[in-house]
Amino acid sequence: MPAVRLDEIKKFFGAHCVLDGVSLTVETRDVVAVIGRSGSGKSTMLRCINGLEEIQAGSIDVAGHKIVPGGNVRDLRVLRREVGMVFQSYNLFPHLNVLENIVLAPKVVKKVPDEEARETAAVVLRQVGLADRAGAYPDELSGGQQQRVAIARSLAMKPKVMLFDEVTSALDPELTGEVLKTIAELAEAGMTMILVTHEMGFARQVANRTVFMHAGKIWEEGTSEEMFGNPKSPELKTFIAPQLK
Amino acid sequence: MAYEMHFGPVLARAPEFVNGATNTILLSGQGIAIGLTLGLAVAILRVDGPKPIRPLVATYVEVFRNTPLLVQVFLIFFGLPYIGLRLSANAAAVIAISFNLGAYSAEIFRAGLLAIPRAQIEAGLALGMSRVQVIRHVVIVPALRVIFPALTGQLTLTLLGSSIVSAISAQELTLAASKVESLTFRSLETFLVAAVLYISLTFLFRFVYWLISLWLFRRTPAEAVRLPEPKFVEPRRAEA
Amino acid sequence: MIQSYGWSSLPFLLNGAMWTAALSVMTFIGGGVFGLIFALLRVLGPKPVKYAVVVYIELVQATPLLIVLFLAYYGLSFMGFYFSPLVAAAISLTLYATAFLADIWRGCIEAIPKQQWEAADALAMTGTQKLRWVILPQAFRIALGPTVGFMVQIVKNTSVTALISFVELTRAGQLLNNMTFQPFEVFLTVAAMYFIVCYPLSWYSEYLKGGPRARRATR
Repeated sequence: MPAVRLDEIKKFFGAHCVLDGVSLTVETRDVVAVIGRSGSGKSTMLRCINGLEEIQAGSIDVAGHKIVPGGNVRDLRVLRREVGMVFQSYNLFPHLNVLENIVLAPKVVKKVPDEEARETAAVVLRQVGLADRAGAYPDELSGGQQQRVAIARSLAMKPKVMLFDEVTSALDPELTGEVLKTIAELAEAGMTMILVTHEMGFARQVANRTVFMHAGKIWEEGTSEEMFGNPKSPELKTFIAPQLK
Repeated sequence: MAYEMHFGPVLARAPEFVNGATNTILLSGQGIAIGLTLGLAVAILRVDGPKPIRPLVATYVEVFRNTPLLVQVFLIFFGLPYIGLRLSANAAAVIAISFNLGAYSAEIFRAGLLAIPRAQIEAGLALGMSRVQVIRHVVIVPALRVIFPALTGQLTLTLLGSSIVSAISAQELTLAASKVESLTFRSLETFLVAAVLYISLTFLFRFVYWLISLWLFRRTPAEAVRLPEPKFVEPRRAEA
Repeated sequence: MIQSYGWSSLPFLLNGAMWTAALSVMTFIGGGVFGLIFALLRVLGPKPVKYAVVVYIELVQATPLLIVLFLAYYGLSFMGFYFSPLVAAAISLTLYATAFLADIWRGCIEAIPKQQWEAADALAMTGTQKLRWVILPQAFRIALGPTVGFMVQIVKNTSVTALISFVELTRAGQLLNNMTFQPFEVFLTVAAMYFIVCYPLSWYSEYLKGGPRARRATR
């Protein structure tokens, strides 16, 4: 069974069609990079996968949970437990320290006992290399560290799929490396991931598949080697030409 | 000016003042507790409630914010009995103060809720929290931080505004002062003492708000946070 | 004498409402003039004056208007000043509005960035020129919303003067109630009259502040 399956999903903002019949299948342990110009619908697609945006047609299947247009909120929450999401702007909770940020959702959503939640937090914090900053507050961390905590916070929910929404775009160039390294390690550990990214070199290196979105559609998809080595459509060629020199 | 102040006869009535001040504390305390609860509920309904309810709560807020507290007090105390609801002066006072503060604090709470970036709310939702859980764990504390000065300012106005309910002879400090004045005929001294008491109460309440803010926005010292030792090998390389 | 409440009672209430309006205007003018002077002294005055203004603002803002009113009406009469209810009301409301407006406007003046003062300095302007041409025009725009908002407070606060028997709208309502024993109808009408004046002002104040546009917080 695929980890994620999008079937002909459509999404409108008013009369404007942002996703125009997108279908995509992501197998377990796949790492899929989603590339494309801004406005091509790639972030919107990602946000639909965990229900932050409602779809108007088609269906979304994640780990056996299905979202259809007008589906109820309870189903959405069940699905969201299986899907971790990391945002461009980190979105750590400013009033909680790193440890509290990480244990919050397992405790209130999954009703995990405090001790177990802390043990999980210890594991995921070591995974992102920030075990020594458990007591820090978000405003005491660099952007890169905050983003790694955000990744750890998602991991603590033990998701089946992780979604990354341009997670390095808000970072200073010298801080992107530590975040990309963390994601690469997750990929190696076998996490199923979908990454919307502008880092072409990284996409090529870490993702086994790449999807190019254009005008609300999946314009071209294939293995990352094919996509970057031998792009077919003229749109993809012009898109990657300046970025892979 | 030939007038000499004599505080003696007024200060001899100290027990009345103390009693009045205590009643003002109780009255404002009740009004604040009920009013803030009401205000928070109304703010959440107004921002995030079912569509048909929103105009209703908006009407409540606008009506109470745009009419004088004194008229609200009269309407509740004198008016309600005529539609079958008889209230004691003290009960009418608590209700009027609570509803008045409810309307003002609802606007303040609403501003706080709207001040929280949408991205914060989405982060909570993406972690599988319900809307109520997001409000409770993600929104409330940062929102309170934003609105704390406005909110405590409003609470001070509520404390001072409670003097108005002396008009229906509800038990509080201004009523106590009026009684002392009618017994001593020392108006200036009496109301000066009352003013000093109100000023002291205001600063006392502000001190309490400050203590509450220390507790509400406290931070755990970093060195007090300990992670448990790992019990098993990290599942880093499942493949290897 | 028991009358029945009806349309014939309206002129009486409207007469009260006129006094509410008159008192509100007097308060706003008095509080506006002194409030501006106090705000400027608070920002630009020499240290002792600044502190005196701070103490004044803090003390008035920590005293109920009703007590200020009783001090002016009952208190001062014993010192040989007799004030009519109107004068006592105007004095107390002005004292009160001065403190609040001075505080609001101080915030607006202080919200103007330092660079604006420096830029005016660089153009060799004098102190009054800086205020007149650079600082106050900008502060005025920020101040507009909160000031209109405070007008609503003034209008509502005038109701307190009913408690020293000044016959404005609320007192008129009380008197009418004593004649008709129809408190629900009377005070509802009174409340509606305040609302008709205050609501547009509140709305305009929010509009000037660029008020909170209702956004849905969560899905």
